[in-house]
Amino acid sequence: MTAAVFIGCSFIAFGPALALCVCTIAAEPLRLLFLIAGGFFWLVSLLLSSLVWFIAVQIGGSNNASVKKNLLIFGVMVSVLLQEVFRFAYYKLLKKANKGLMTISQEETLPISVRQLSYVSGLGFGIMSGVFSLVNILTDSLGPGTVGIYGDSPQYFLSSAFMTLAIVLLHIFWGIVFFDACEKKKWWALALVILSHLLVSGVTFQNPQYEGSLVPSYIIMMLMATWAFFTAGGSLRNLKLCLMCRDKDFLLANQRPR
Amino acid sequence: MSGDTGVIHVVEKEQDLKWVLTDGPHPPYMVLLEGELFTRELMLQLKGSSRISGLAVAISKPSPAQGFSPGLKCPNDGFGVYSNNYGPQYAHCNWTVWNPLGNGLAYEDFNFPIFLLEDANETQVIKQCYQDHNLPQNGSVPEYPLCAMQLFAHMHAVTNTVTCMRRSSLQTAFSLNPEEVCDALSDYNVWSTLKPINTSSKIDPMDEVIIVATRIDSHSFFWNVAPGAESAVASFVTHLAAAEALHKVPDVQKLPRNIMFTFFQGETFDYIGSSRMVYDMQMDKFPIRLDNIHSFLELSQVALRNSSVLWVHTDPVSRRNESIQPQVKTLVEALINSSMGANVTLQEVSQSQPLPPSSFQRFLRAKQIPGVVLADHRTSFQNRYYQSMYDTAENILMKYPEGLSPEETLDYVTDTAKSLAEVATVVARALYQLAGGTGNTSAIQADPRMVSRMLYGFLIKTNNSWFQSIIKQDLKGLLGDELPQHYIAVTTLVNTTQLVQYVLANLTGTVVNFTKEECLNPEKTPNPEKEMYVYTWVQGSRDPNSTSRVPFCVQSTVHLTKAASPAFELKQWGSTEYSTWTESRWKDIRARIFLVASKELEIITLVVGIAILILSLLATYFINAKAHVLFSSPGDGGAVAY
Repeated sequence: MTAAVFIGCSFIAFGPALALCVCTIAAEPLRLLFLIAGGFFWLVSLLLSSLVWFIAVQIGGSNNASVKKNLLIFGVMVSVLLQEVFRFAYYKLLKKANKGLMTISQEETLPISVRQLSYVSGLGFGIMSGVFSLVNILTDSLGPGTVGIYGDSPQYFLSSAFMTLAIVLLHIFWGIVFFDACEKKKWWALALVILSHLLVSGVTFQNPQYEGSLVPSYIIMMLMATWAFFTAGGSLRNLKLCLMCRDKDFLLANQRPR
Repeated sequence: MSGDTGVIHVVEKEQDLKWVLTDGPHPPYMVLLEGELFTRELMLQLKGSSRISGLAVAISKPSPAQGFSPGLKCPNDGFGVYSNNYGPQYAHCNWTVWNPLGNGLAYEDFNFPIFLLEDANETQVIKQCYQDHNLPQNGSVPEYPLCAMQLFAHMHAVTNTVTCMRRSSLQTAFSLNPEEVCDALSDYNVWSTLKPINTSSKIDPMDEVIIVATRIDSHSFFWNVAPGAESAVASFVTHLAAAEALHKVPDVQKLPRNIMFTFFQGETFDYIGSSRMVYDMQMDKFPIRLDNIHSFLELSQVALRNSSVLWVHTDPVSRRNESIQPQVKTLVEALINSSMGANVTLQEVSQSQPLPPSSFQRFLRAKQIPGVVLADHRTSFQNRYYQSMYDTAENILMKYPEGLSPEETLDYVTDTAKSLAEVATVVARALYQLAGGTGNTSAIQADPRMVSRMLYGFLIKTNNSWFQSIIKQDLKGLLGDELPQHYIAVTTLVNTTQLVQYVLANLTGTVVNFTKEECLNPEKTPNPEKEMYVYTWVQGSRDPNSTSRVPFCVQSTVHLTKAASPAFELKQWGSTEYSTWTESRWKDIRARIFLVASKELEIITLVVGIAILILSLLATYFINAKAHVLFSSPGDGGAVAY
C-alpha cells in the first residue's frame, strides 16, 4: 500500500522501541551491548525452534491442512518455551558477566544493576522479535496493493503492526518480571510469565479475527505493565508523587545523575 | 520500472468508455477491452487521456468480421521502388491502396502499456475481480478497496532509432558496464540453389540465375505475436513445395540456368532481408552478382485465391524498357503455360498497375530486372487481417475434422494444402521452363501431403514428429507446443529461420552415407565436391518399436546469410534508404492484479504511526526523567543494586 503505509506501520510497531532506545539505551554503551546480545539470544532461540518445527513438518509431512495447523501450533509452543529458556540462559550469562566486569573495573558496585539488565534484555528480545515478525510484511506493504483479493481482511498491515507493538512491549515487561523472579526465586512468577507468553502466542491463532487476538493481547499487556511497574520498584505513592510534584522535580531532575 | 497501476474497468461497449474518460471517480484506470472494440478511434481517444494507465485487450474469438489490420494502408511505403524519381504516380499508394483496412495502430506511439490476453480463463479471472469489487452498486460509486491491475513493460529506449542507437553507442564506447537501450532487428536469410555453387568465390559472370523469393516473417500490434498465415507462411510453404518438386526432376543438374530459392527475413520491417542481400550483391560480398540475375519470381500472399485465380503483377516502369519488356512477357507466358491442366487460372493485372509491396521492389531499386509477383489479389489485399494477430490458420481456411490425434492431424491433407500445392506445381513447372528445361513438365507435381505437414508445423504446432526427425540432435528449445510466431526479433536465428533451413535441407537435399564425424567435419576428408555442399547431421525419425532415433547425414545447398539492415553497418541510423527498425530493450514483462486501498486509509495509517512515535517519545522522556522517583522503593535513595 505504498510508502505511507510502510512508514506508518513501522512507526506504530517500532515507535515506542525507538523512543526507548533513543532515550535510555543510546547514551550508555554498556546497555547497548547488552541490548544487542539480548537480540542475538532471541535469534538463536528462533533458529532452534524453527529447526524443531522444520523437522516436525518433514516427519509429520502431509498436505492435510489441519495437520499442518496442528504442527504450527506445536511449533509456536516450542518456540515460546525456547524463548523463555534462552531468557533464563541470558540471565545466567549476565550474572556471570557482571561478576567479571566487576573484577575488571575495580569498583565496588556493579556497573549495571540487574533491574536495568532485565529491562535492556527485555527490550533486546522485543526488538528482535518485532523485527522478525514485521519486516516481511513491511516490505510487502511498500507495493501498490493491499491484502484482500482472496477475501482476507484488508486491515492486515495495521493489525500486524499493532500486534508487533504489543509483543515488543510485552517482552520488556516479561524480561523485568522474569529476572526479578529469578533473583528472588519466585518460581510461581516465572511460571506465570511463561503462561502469559503462551497465551498471547496462542491467541494469535484467532487471526484473521483481529479483535479476537488484539484485544486479549492488549489486556495482557496492560496487566503485565502494571506487574512490571510494581516489580521494578514503582508504587501508587510514587506515581502520585510524580504526577503532582511535576514542576519541581522536573527542574531538578536534569541536574541529578541517574 | 515499477509498472503502471490502475483500477480495472471492463469496457464491453462504447458507452463504458465514458466512465473511464470522464465519469469515473478513481482514476487512473486500467482498461480491459473486448477485441471487437479495439479500433483506431477508440485507441486515439485513450491516447489523449491522462486517466488511463494501461490497457489489456482480450483477443476476439472468432476474429472480428469487419477485418482488422494494425499495419499501414501502404505497407513499407518509401522503401520500395516507387518514389519521386521512379514512377511518382505510383508512390505512396496513389494508384492502388494495398491494405485499405490498415489503421496504422502499430505505428502509433502510446505512453501506456498495452497487453494482449489470449487465454479466456485469465480474462475471466480479471472480469470476476472487477465484478466483485469495482461494479457500482445501485448507481452509487464503488467503494475502496478496489480491484486494480499492474502492468510491467518498461522500455529502455525512447523517441526513435537515432536517439537510442546514439545512446547505446555512447554507452559501449565509454562505459565499463555498457547499458545498451535498443537493438537492431536482425536475423538470417535462407537461400539455396538448384545446382550447387561454390560460396567462397563468385560465380561466372556469364552464369544466369533465376531468383525465387518469399518472405518468412510477419508482425502484429503485440510483441512476438505474429502468426502470419496468409502474409508469410502460406507463401513460403508453397515456395518450399515448389523447391521440392523441382529437385525431384531427374535432369535438373543439366539445366542451363540456375535457380536460387530465397527466403527473406524481416521484409515486414521495410525489407530488411532483401535490402541487405541487394547491398551484399552490390558490394560483391555475395557469390551471385546483380548482373547474374536473369529474372525474378516472387510469391506474395497466395492462399486466398478467389475462384482459383492467381494474379500476375509486374512493374510498369521497367516494362517501358525495351530489353525488359520481352523478358517479362516470356516469364508471364511460361507461367500461363504451366497452369494448363492445373486448377489455377493465371491472369495478368492491368499493365499500368504498380507492384504490390514485395522484395522484388528492392532489387528493382538497384537494377532493372524482369520479374513478376504472384498474388491472390488483383488490387487491394484479400487478406483482411494483414499483419495482425488474427492472421492465423483460420484465416487461410485450414479446417481439420474433429477428434484427430496430433499425428493424424499432421498427415491430414486440408483443402488449403491442396490449393497451395497446385500453385507450387505451377511455379515449379514455370521455373523449369525458364531455367531452360526442355522436357515434359507434366511430371512435375508438388506433394499436397508435404504442404499440409508444413502448414501444420508452421501454423499449429512445431513440435510434431516430422519436424523432430529433420532437425539437429541437440536443439532443445527449437520445437514448442504453443502456436508458432514468425517475428524477426533481435536474437539471431529465430525458430522460424532455423526450421525453414532444416525443412529446405530435407526437401531439397540428399541423404549421404557419412558417419557423424565426417558429416560434422566435412573439411577433414578432402573432396572437391564438399566445397559446394552443406552437411547437416539430423536426428532422424523414431523407430516405431524402439525409443531411439536413427540419425543420418543430409547433403544440401542451404545457406544462411545475415539479414541486418545496411543502415546499421553504415551507422546511418536516420537513413531513408535502408530499414532502420530497432527494438527497445526491456527487463520485465508481466502483469498482476490485486486490491488497492483508498488514499485516506493510507494517510490515516501514516498519521497514526507518527502520532504513536511522538507520543512514545514524550512518554519515554518524561518517565526517564522521573525514573528515580517512579522506581524507588521507600527507604532507598536511588537506584537499587542487587
